[in-house]
Amino acid sequence: MCDSCSSFLDRLFARGVLHATGVDGLYARGECFEKVISGLDRVISRHGAAHRAEIIRFPPGMSRALFEQSGYMNSFPQLAGSIHGFVGDERDHLALLDKIHNGETWTDRQVATDVVLTPAACYPLYPIVSKRGPVRADGLYFDVQSYCFRHEPSKDPARMQMFRMREYVCVGTPDQVMAFREQWLEKGRDFARELALPHEVNVANDPFFGRGGRVMASSQRELGLKFELLVPIESGDEPTACVSFNYHQDHFASMWGIELASGEAAHTACVGFGMERLALALFKHDGLDLDAWPSPVRAALAL
Amino acid sequence: MQLIIRQALDQYGRLSVPAASLDDAADLFGAGLASFTVVQLMLALEEKLGVEFPDRMLNRKSFSSIAAISACLTELTSEKAVA
Repeated sequence: MCDSCSSFLDRLFARGVLHATGVDGLYARGECFEKVISGLDRVISRHGAAHRAEIIRFPPGMSRALFEQSGYMNSFPQLAGSIHGFVGDERDHLALLDKIHNGETWTDRQVATDVVLTPAACYPLYPIVSKRGPVRADGLYFDVQSYCFRHEPSKDPARMQMFRMREYVCVGTPDQVMAFREQWLEKGRDFARELALPHEVNVANDPFFGRGGRVMASSQRELGLKFELLVPIESGDEPTACVSFNYHQDHFASMWGIELASGEAAHTACVGFGMERLALALFKHDGLDLDAWPSPVRAALAL
Repeated sequence: MQLIIRQALDQYGRLSVPAASLDDAADLFGAGLASFTVVQLMLALEEKLGVEFPDRMLNRKSFSSIAAISACLTELTSEKAVA
């Protein structure tokens, strides 16, 4: 296949780095892709080692009740995904099969299960933290990872519907979490330099829904609550956010009743690594043949 | 106008104090107005006055005080009267 006349995604498919599934944004990963993901995980762990963070790994689904409580639907209803299942007797089953056979809509009778798709790796963490009582004086640090879902089908390989997000999360006083985020803004740049990725760090906002979301986004930018490490992948003009640095103030802690010993609401911050985006950034800049990648990058990833 | 805004704030703003106790220049975010309640407040005011906040007004500053909201609404209702 001609490299100059096919898209980056087509070339990833042609080389078996990713495999198409028939749905935009939903791909199977090949061996070399997973090697890079494992390498990135190791580099991230090295940069985060000083936190001695508690490791928690989440399944790709979370409790629907906790998701409802999280307020995600207030801000991002357009991105959420819920899991529905069949409930019924033999007649219902036959009716279902008929509909599928005839190409009719069969999903309208499906019933919501207790599970929704995890929207961000730290969402299932806060309810766990809230059960542990007051936050200890030196703060809490977590290393979490989850497959996440965002309903935004796209031909841009860096905008997947299902992807892995690795995060370090800090829960503590405002000073502790601000210091955590400042450290990570620096470490994030070191991380990108180690991997020889062209990058910039900019203030950013989340993709809040609707016109009200515009107000929320402007507010988030004005308060400097979110920064992103951007790497050009699909476009040089609109580089892709590969790492984000988020200060939530007391948003999550107040919602979940996470308190300091003083009884005040804790503050939280997280740094989130888009694992697939980082891997794609490397494939974009270093080519599709891992053996031909620059040796410092191969060494950093222990390939 | 200020009365309409105070009523909407009491109903939708989830402030820590009654809107009547805030002067026109008081910081609404400081009084507990949150990002999401801004949306409800905005939609309620739009419905009440038959106007629509345009993109250029969809920012934190437009909702920062009763005076700021009032300035937006005065502009929008006068545009509507001219049209």
